[in-house]
Amino acid sequence: MSMVLHPAPRFVTGAGMMEALATSVGVNLVHAQEEHGEILLTVHRDAVEDVLRLLRDEHEFQQLMEIAGVDFPGRAERFEVVYMLLSVTRNTRVMVKVMTDENHPVPTATRLWPNAGWLEREVFDMYGVLFDGNTDLRRILTDYGFEGHPFRKDFPLTGYSEMRYSEEDKRVIYEPVKLSQEFRSFEFASPWEGADYVLPGDEKAGGPPPVNEVKVTEKRAETGAGDPANVKAAEHVARGSDSSTVAGQGQGEPVPEETGTKAPGAPEPTEDRPDRAPRDEDDAADTPGATDIATESEGKD
Amino acid sequence: MAGLIQETSPTSGDEVVSNYTINFGPQHPAAHGVLRLVMELDGEIIERIDPHVGLLHRGTEKLIEHKTYLQALPYFDRLDYCSPLCMEHSYVLAIEKLLNLEVPLRAQYLRVLFAELTRISNHMLNLGSHVMDVGAMTPNLWLFEIREDCMNFFERASGARMHAAWYRPGGVHQDVPLKLLTDIGDWLDKRMPELFEDAMSLVVDNRIFKQRNVDIAVVSKEDALRWGFSGPLIRAAGIPWDLRKSQPYDVYERMDFDIPVGTNSDCYDRFMVRVEEVRQSMRIMKQCLREMPEGPIASSDRKVAPPKRADMKQSMEALIHHFKLYTEGFHVPAGEVYVATESPKGEFGVYLVSDGGNKPYRCKIRPTAFSHLQAMDFMARGHMLPDATAILGAIDVVFGECDR
Repeated sequence: MSMVLHPAPRFVTGAGMMEALATSVGVNLVHAQEEHGEILLTVHRDAVEDVLRLLRDEHEFQQLMEIAGVDFPGRAERFEVVYMLLSVTRNTRVMVKVMTDENHPVPTATRLWPNAGWLEREVFDMYGVLFDGNTDLRRILTDYGFEGHPFRKDFPLTGYSEMRYSEEDKRVIYEPVKLSQEFRSFEFASPWEGADYVLPGDEKAGGPPPVNEVKVTEKRAETGAGDPANVKAAEHVARGSDSSTVAGQGQGEPVPEETGTKAPGAPEPTEDRPDRAPRDEDDAADTPGATDIATESEGKD
Repeated sequence: MAGLIQETSPTSGDEVVSNYTINFGPQHPAAHGVLRLVMELDGEIIERIDPHVGLLHRGTEKLIEHKTYLQALPYFDRLDYCSPLCMEHSYVLAIEKLLNLEVPLRAQYLRVLFAELTRISNHMLNLGSHVMDVGAMTPNLWLFEIREDCMNFFERASGARMHAAWYRPGGVHQDVPLKLLTDIGDWLDKRMPELFEDAMSLVVDNRIFKQRNVDIAVVSKEDALRWGFSGPLIRAAGIPWDLRKSQPYDVYERMDFDIPVGTNSDCYDRFMVRVEEVRQSMRIMKQCLREMPEGPIASSDRKVAPPKRADMKQSMEALIHHFKLYTEGFHVPAGEVYVATESPKGEFGVYLVSDGGNKPYRCKIRPTAFSHLQAMDFMARGHMLPDATAILGAIDVVFGECDR
């Protein structure tokens, strides 16, 4: 362990504490590690209640502060459930971790700590991890009637349904999410630091460029020119006007063809709208205030 | 059949009272936000409470997974919006722990100073609303005067009254002007104690206030531990447990302060613990002002903390660092930490899992209110319906943090 520079909370993890805990947990231990001064015990799923009881009763970890779920979709057992324990007498913390998947329930900790109830409900709500023995495994944070487990990595950030108050129905209605703008995900990682996307232009790269070959234009394919333009295309191009000065360039756009039917979405023609009545010269008068000041200042000058 | 006596109902036959269920909230002034308590009542006695939380759930933790470490910071202000800087504190400490990043001494002092100012501001709101929940109006208005002062100090330091986003990994965002520190010093010497003690003189020995709070929701030491209590609630239960003292972070280990504990573990004790904590916070702040050294306010590690604006005008490297920090952000080595600090409401923890990238792989937030609110059921059982507001006020629950 290198020197501690950070100012994060300092608690006691004496030398040999991890080994003592690991020995005590015994066969139920999968892995023990100490990193950043924090002890993390990975244990077998089915034995987690026994391990937690052991830690509480024999190692003075009186408080269960938190149960966190983590999702690693690439793993066979994709979910981690992490228990954070606190000892107020020994002034230290330990984390206990188990792995599970959607189908295999984790034994509950509610028989050890009553506050595990809500913590387990949250992990169930967010990840769909089941807890065997929790008698009240309802959803807790999501909406009534919510479907899915939103903190899984394969659950989109925008969700699947959105709700709004409908003025017509006079109630809140649920609809599938409709994004008015495509969801943007910014990837700022530098390409030489492991970005996993192809930079624009790189898709053309198929080996080194042929710099040693002599470029010839014997055949048309070698010139780089495309196929001859479709002769039909010329029919739609406007004839060059008489004033055309540049040889070979048609003047602009195809001639619009009058069909007589209105183009879809076109505005109403405005020609038949009556003109504004001509202004009556006698009634016309300037705003008094505006002219008054002008004359006044003229007088002063 | 001689010995059998049919016991008659104490009420006359036509007014049989059965248990009934009511909803307390989700819109209720004493619910401190959007809390729905499904209460089963026997007359006016609470038989059972099922708190329904989550009405303010915004998926903060999921959002954080889609942001860089720095972009995720302002979400923490919006958790417990009554003590925003203390929320940021856990998060920046977690990042610093993963990075093993050194933080300059002045920045640590500034963070402690403003964490304690936040604690005062939070307790002003809680003490005031607790008093108001049980029927008194004036102290709340007087305490909001102090809260307003705190807000002004936050604004002068960070530019924002509430959502400061001022703590940064490696230090704080900007240094404070000397005038602000002297003004805080003057405020601590004169205005603050005067206003606070005035307001408290109305409450602490008030007969009605005591009748509403003493012996309400008594929790034993064992229960406090079993239910995962922390902060003022565990201290009111008589356990001198304060993370600032026992697991000090930043410069708390240099600070000279006492931990108030309760003797009776009721709502009145929880209130009084907070009152004394305000005084202790003032002590800590004064000591910070006395001892605060000059120096940098952010880490000099340019891979984490941005360079000064002036440097960017002269140095190409500084410009590159600035650009990279505010687009890609910094990378945090793979690992996992659980960092908990003493927020005004209790242990506020951040479990941060990094996969080595520029975004947190997982950021689990441990809200203080979750454990406390869960204990609402057994704390309120057997009490009267009006006591529920006192219990709730003494828990000090804020739903931005509870529901995340």
